[in-house]
Amino acid sequence: MSSKSPQKSATSANSLSRQLGLYFFIAIVLVAGLLFALNQLAGLMGTATQEAQAVDFANNSISAVLREEPPQLDSSKATDSTSGLVLGHIMEGLLRMDLQDRLSPAIAERWEVSPTHATFWLRKDAKWSDGKPITAADFIFAWQLALKPETGSEYASLLYPIENAEAINRGELPASALGVNAPDPHTLVVALSRPIAFFDKMVVFPTFLPVREDFYNATQGRFGADAKDLLYSGPYVIKSWVHGASMLLERNPHYWDNNRGKLAQINFAYITSDATATLNFFKDERIALARLQAENLTEALRLKWPIRRFADGTVFYLEFNHREGRLSRNLNFRKAIQHVLDMEELVYKVTKLPGYLPGKSLFPDWLIGVEKTLREEYPASTVNVNSTKAKAYLALAQEELGLAEFPEITLLTSDNPVSNIQSEWLQEVLKQTLGLTIKIDKQIFKQRLAKMGAGEFGLLLGGWGPDYNDPLTYGDLFASWNLNNRGRYSSAKMDALINTAQNATATPDRMQAFGAIQQQIFDDVVILPMYERGVTYVVHPQLKGVKRRVIGAETDYTYAYIDPDA
Amino acid sequence: MSEQTDTSWQPSASDFAPKPKHQTADVITRPAMSYWQDAWRRLKENKRALFSLYLIFGLITFTLAGPHLWTIDPSAQDLDQIGMAPGADRNVTIAPAYQPWYGPTSDVIYADDNPLGLVLVGDATSQAVRLAWQETGLGAGQTNYGYKIYRTLFALNVGDAFGLPLMETQNHYFEDRLDLQPTDYYYTVVALDKQGVETDQSTTIQISVKRVITMLEAQKRGLTQNKTVAEGDQIKLALHPFGTDYLGRDMLARLIYGGQVSLFIGIFAPLLYVLLGVIYGSIAGFLGGAVDQLMMRFADFAVALPFLLFMILLKVIFGIGPGESGVLPMLVAMVILLWPAPARLVRGQILQIREEGYINASKLLGASTNYLVLRHMIPNTMGVILVTITFQVPSAIFTEAFLSFIGMGVAPPTPSWGSMCNDGIKSMLTRPHELFFPALFISITVLAFNLLGDGLRDALDARMRNRE
Amino acid sequence: MLRYTLKRLVLGVLTVWFIATATFFGMHAVPGDPLSNDKSTTAQIRANLEAKYGLDKPLITQYAIYLKNISQGDFGISFTQENRQVNDIIKEHFPISAILGILAIVFAALGGILWGALTALYRNRWPDSVIMFLVILGISVPSFVVAAISQMFLVNINAFAGTTILPVGGWGTVWHMIVPAMVLGLSTMAYLTRLMRSSMLEIVNTDYIRTAQSKGLPKTRIFSRHQLRNAILPVVTVLGPAIAGITTGGFVVEIVFAIPGLGRYFVEAIQQLDYTVIMGTTVFYGAFLVFMVILVDLLYGWIDPRVRINP
Repeated sequence: MSSKSPQKSATSANSLSRQLGLYFFIAIVLVAGLLFALNQLAGLMGTATQEAQAVDFANNSISAVLREEPPQLDSSKATDSTSGLVLGHIMEGLLRMDLQDRLSPAIAERWEVSPTHATFWLRKDAKWSDGKPITAADFIFAWQLALKPETGSEYASLLYPIENAEAINRGELPASALGVNAPDPHTLVVALSRPIAFFDKMVVFPTFLPVREDFYNATQGRFGADAKDLLYSGPYVIKSWVHGASMLLERNPHYWDNNRGKLAQINFAYITSDATATLNFFKDERIALARLQAENLTEALRLKWPIRRFADGTVFYLEFNHREGRLSRNLNFRKAIQHVLDMEELVYKVTKLPGYLPGKSLFPDWLIGVEKTLREEYPASTVNVNSTKAKAYLALAQEELGLAEFPEITLLTSDNPVSNIQSEWLQEVLKQTLGLTIKIDKQIFKQRLAKMGAGEFGLLLGGWGPDYNDPLTYGDLFASWNLNNRGRYSSAKMDALINTAQNATATPDRMQAFGAIQQQIFDDVVILPMYERGVTYVVHPQLKGVKRRVIGAETDYTYAYIDPDA
Repeated sequence: MSEQTDTSWQPSASDFAPKPKHQTADVITRPAMSYWQDAWRRLKENKRALFSLYLIFGLITFTLAGPHLWTIDPSAQDLDQIGMAPGADRNVTIAPAYQPWYGPTSDVIYADDNPLGLVLVGDATSQAVRLAWQETGLGAGQTNYGYKIYRTLFALNVGDAFGLPLMETQNHYFEDRLDLQPTDYYYTVVALDKQGVETDQSTTIQISVKRVITMLEAQKRGLTQNKTVAEGDQIKLALHPFGTDYLGRDMLARLIYGGQVSLFIGIFAPLLYVLLGVIYGSIAGFLGGAVDQLMMRFADFAVALPFLLFMILLKVIFGIGPGESGVLPMLVAMVILLWPAPARLVRGQILQIREEGYINASKLLGASTNYLVLRHMIPNTMGVILVTITFQVPSAIFTEAFLSFIGMGVAPPTPSWGSMCNDGIKSMLTRPHELFFPALFISITVLAFNLLGDGLRDALDARMRNRE
Repeated sequence: MLRYTLKRLVLGVLTVWFIATATFFGMHAVPGDPLSNDKSTTAQIRANLEAKYGLDKPLITQYAIYLKNISQGDFGISFTQENRQVNDIIKEHFPISAILGILAIVFAALGGILWGALTALYRNRWPDSVIMFLVILGISVPSFVVAAISQMFLVNINAFAGTTILPVGGWGTVWHMIVPAMVLGLSTMAYLTRLMRSSMLEIVNTDYIRTAQSKGLPKTRIFSRHQLRNAILPVVTVLGPAIAGITTGGFVVEIVFAIPGLGRYFVEAIQQLDYTVIMGTTVFYGAFLVFMVILVDLLYGWIDPRVRINP
């Protein structure tokens, strides 16, 4: 019995592995059962991603990706671009930007802005998603809400041009004192605390969106937290919102404008900021639009995808610390740096994405001046890179500062890959050409903000995206009183120009002021414009009419439609 | 006992006589061998472990001696060779410096084989590609309202997308400077209608770009090698045996310096926290009683901190100052979070050894505390400690890589294998070498330490020692 | 036994308090504050926000309020998603991480046992070499590289098949879970394979196997009744710590595969310095781990009389 032949021991391994195979089979069956159970569990918790086709003609729906979970769909508190994107689809305010980026009527049929008042006449057929009409009272409530101190709205200051708004936000006056009134449910009269020529352009911003009082109170502090805690005035409503995973938008049956909301469904099927994952979703035909990074371009070309680009309106620049005792307070020092940084090299060789424009001015290319673009009317001055000149300036600076040797300079930057590349390039160029030692101070978001606020930097990679469609959204950045002037640049000339730009009512006067601000920034090297950011992206060939916007919903699907023949 | 083989043995009186005194007993000896000698001998027998040991020495030598042998600055950017694969063509032609271009002069000859007359102006070089075209091929009264220029790397078939949109312009010329590589490009110019929508009028031409460098640049980078060269001459760009990364930095140099960071963290972090754990654990184990209880309760607290969460948290708390590499905070964070496990281990060992018979025997023989600790406790726990350290190295290296992945690793421009992997992943499809090399080095290191750990465990295992 | 359990529970609560305190003061030691944003707000608006979140109070008062709230199971509202409760965030996202973790453990354990047993059976023959090579590969490549490469493979497989065989990311159905769970469990599986292999080989030389052989038991019976069963024991004992590691270590796959788990949330919260979410997550995970360990210890004592705890 116990005698073993050699063959037998060889085959016994096989019989044993057969037995192991049996166990494994049982295990697989168990795992399948477990998977089924987990599937049920996941389904119960409502975490299912709404998986769909990138473009589904039969159901007239598309899928897309959101870069992050929208942090705040309570319009009185929303500040970020992802929330802005979603709000742009589900909400509509007094006015909106049309396909040609012109200000156009929305809930307000017509409007009028005078130095003391702004009046909006609301259309009678505008309804909330529960069928009730949208009235002037909804706007008044929303604006009062944003201004109440206990709301803690970050963008409440956008409402300050309205009479008494600032005092309400300070808690000195009750919200009811706000200078807005409704002579009838469809007329809204706004008393302005000072003349403001572009108030109509400001009301496009989410903070100005309507909120209905009875609904807001019924949500008991959860307004905007979930699909059911929102009341919609726009072309879409949120059908389901699985936090962190997906968001399904469906056409709002009560929306008044038949020209918008052509797609029956917009399915934000994934929420991820990971560029590789996004690209893979597009490849797998799960989403209809994907951003491309420089690293992915070759792959996109190989697959012959239709590539598009657009400038997203954000300007990036190198900020100097102008505080007392800082090296960069010296004008010649700044000029030296101005003469060595070739922003074309940065854009063409380092960031390498089409759509990025080499920086020439604080005011981006697309801003409208009197008739043409501001930059066409007031071309920006530029210098040619010249290391000899730069060294001369640096020597001058050294003499003026009485330095035997330049100390190390700190360059504060954020932790995203693009800033990493740029700061490494800057560091290397300044070392090679001027012999300056740059220390990169890479900080994650809030830490960087803390250091920016405290002025703990020599140089800073900064940027600015527009809040409203007027050059002033950039123009007042370097006023001595502006907290976003992180380098604390302060000049009487600049302040005077900004005052003109803010208070003048005639457009040519204002544009002239902006032209002068641009020149002052160049002459005094307040900052060094680096580039205007562009976005390179691919779109599913059948998806047409997607509008990319500088202000408001960055990607706007409200005019999009599916062309099955493409 | 007796050598008599006589079968007809008869007992005699002498057989019952006591054995003479001082007769030496049989001695069975082998060469006296200390614990460590023995361990080393066993390790040497284990080919894989030995090979791993040599590999680790090799890697350490690579990172330490590397900077002296390969003296390229790891942060120097060769913007002419961005993301070059190893062994890529390095030929470059010397050309005059770039001059801005404001459109073609009147003597440009437009092509007659395409509807727009699209033609390349001058040479196509990596500095710039200049295109010009004219408004031909239009019916009477038609005008174009602008053009859109595309570029791609792949030959176009009918119906293909044109590739990368470079520019929309009202002009009849265009200059491309975006990331030009020495390869073939297909440029397409499409006419636009009044609404800015593309019409079906388009022309594609193929253009081969030649890599050029200015004399000044070439001299600055020492490419001319003191030879006199003239414009139009061909020279070679700097050699990068492992290719370059996304900023044109030498991969080999970065691997060397990155190795310094990764191996430093990988080896020193476990060394430090195991050492701290050993001190803590042996104090607790040796003192015993209430002190031991108290110390171990504290270790229990510390061990309960969720590791990765607190690793991230501590990294944020410590922050990275300007110009710092961020290696030190990472090291400190690891030590703070990981000491309790070795402390518990050592304490357990000490408690066990304290109960061993030979300790009691030593004590009875009057051994001092110092003697007990030095002669018995430490040597007997040393094996376990060494094995623990070896096995902790891979996890420390992985932790560094993980932190780089979520953007909380070392600060740029300091390289580490982990951060290089993370950078390489983004361009995995087009430039695999940027991921492959750092990943390979991590793998080799981790593997070597794992195999060495296995070998050490086998070699130092006291049970195995007795089982000859 | 009851006394012991009680003692462990009290210590567990103390440990959670320790974690909460460490997180609270650690968090507040981080430079920067959760209320700052890309665009500066006026001093007035800032003051309003501080009052809303109680950040205007002294730190020690904040700590007292915080302890009081978490003792009632209330982690407060998120700073970035102002209208959401941290409790809701944990409730929605933790189960996802947990499901993924459980699946990963199952894959790791099954795979580890199977491959380990196979390698031991075919010791020093080609299946052994192949499996061990793969195992070595599995433990020596950083997990984010494995995750990215496996996702790339998924895309290519789907493209090749012309249809979606397995989704490349997202969450919802079983099909979304399989690949991420495998990636997550890979290193544990590799570790368990090695453990299983050596434990199998050790057992072959034990007396009871020899006894069984000499009794003439059929090989398959020895294998299943004695060898496999006893070899699995050490594997089971390391599963406890592995569960803890895997459920909290899902960051990488959650980021790569766009899975809305708690780990990904935590990384985002850290960057936003969202105090309440960070504290909620660490305290919750800490408590989860502590009580898991207690549970596992008690279960072991119940299952295996040899490790019954002496009070």
